[in-house]
Amino acid sequence: MDKKVLVYSTPTCPYCVRAKQFLKDNSVAFEDIDVSINQAAASEMVSKSGQMGVPVLEIDGEIIVGFDKERIKTAVGL
Amino acid sequence: MYDLIIIGAGPAGITAAVYAARKRMSLLVITKDVGGQAAISGDIENYTGYQFITGPELAAKFEEHMRRFDIALKENEEAVELKKIDDKILVRTNKVSYETKTAIIASGKRSRELNVPGEKEFRNKGLTYCATCDAPLFSGKVVAVIGGGNSALDAALQLIKIAKHTYIINIASSLSGDAIMREKINESEIVTVFNNTQVTAIFGDKMVTGIKIKREGKEEDLAVQGVFIEIGLIPNSEFAQGIERNQSQEIKVNCHNETNIPGVFAAGDVTDVPEKQIIIAAGEGSKAALSVFRYLARA
Repeated sequence: MDKKVLVYSTPTCPYCVRAKQFLKDNSVAFEDIDVSINQAAASEMVSKSGQMGVPVLEIDGEIIVGFDKERIKTAVGL
Repeated sequence: MYDLIIIGAGPAGITAAVYAARKRMSLLVITKDVGGQAAISGDIENYTGYQFITGPELAAKFEEHMRRFDIALKENEEAVELKKIDDKILVRTNKVSYETKTAIIASGKRSRELNVPGEKEFRNKGLTYCATCDAPLFSGKVVAVIGGGNSALDAALQLIKIAKHTYIINIASSLSGDAIMREKINESEIVTVFNNTQVTAIFGDKMVTGIKIKREGKEEDLAVQGVFIEIGLIPNSEFAQGIERNQSQEIKVNCHNETNIPGVFAAGDVTDVPEKQIIIAAGEGSKAALSVFRYLARA
């Protein structure tokens, strides 16, 4: 079954762009949440990850801070 | 053993890789990230051929160009040691070790740290070195930018559009940086500049709640929810054993990009070449690769 993947990002952050591109390249469907225009989502991201850096990925409940390719691969099962 | 290992994939490293690939060298690129500082730059209006392009877009173009060639690229890998033993150059990373005949160090620069209590603890917990990345998270908050040069002013100008109030904490007696930016800062009613002011600590609970500043001999607390550190850059040159550096820790190179170690070349912002510009870094990268080609032909 496909995993639920959320990406908390801002449009200007290069690692966000890279993380999303990586998911696209590997045909992983995800929901992109732009925290620069969605304050509620920004707060949610901070409380879930305990920090304010973007991107934050949530893969079936697992929180990954930053574009950590290896952890993302493992979490989505690539 | 490789012909060439390139350390870093910013404008210098990527351009070197393109040139080396076209010369059919056996090549490995090791890098923490692709794009380097270019990828976190704002608007770029002085890279010939593009009248306007953003940093992330230009970095993506560079990467696309490099990936046209079949280049072995190790991303998320960082060189921790480079040394020459006899005729071989050994590059040890945070993961493994490699051997190569030549190396190009194009590892660029990183943000300088303040070195005050609380800085490490609150990193990404309200404290950041990348305004371009993180500024949108500080919508409606009170923030402080530490520094007084162009990068600090750039960060403050980004924050004006987002934050409730921005303090600029500048250790010097006045802001440096471009006049056009200083004017915009001075015109803004939601920016307060503290000159001759030092940051002595960053504090908070789970997240940053304030900074300690010292001015006119007095220490006081300033309540802020965000801290943007923009006090310049330092070269990523520590890992190279026995390499000659200048006072700023930049690697010394001659006009052929040779360092004092035969077979070890360097290019871009990590070197003592004057003017840190994307177009210069790219040009230096190409020059370094061509020097490597000549060196290998002689060997």
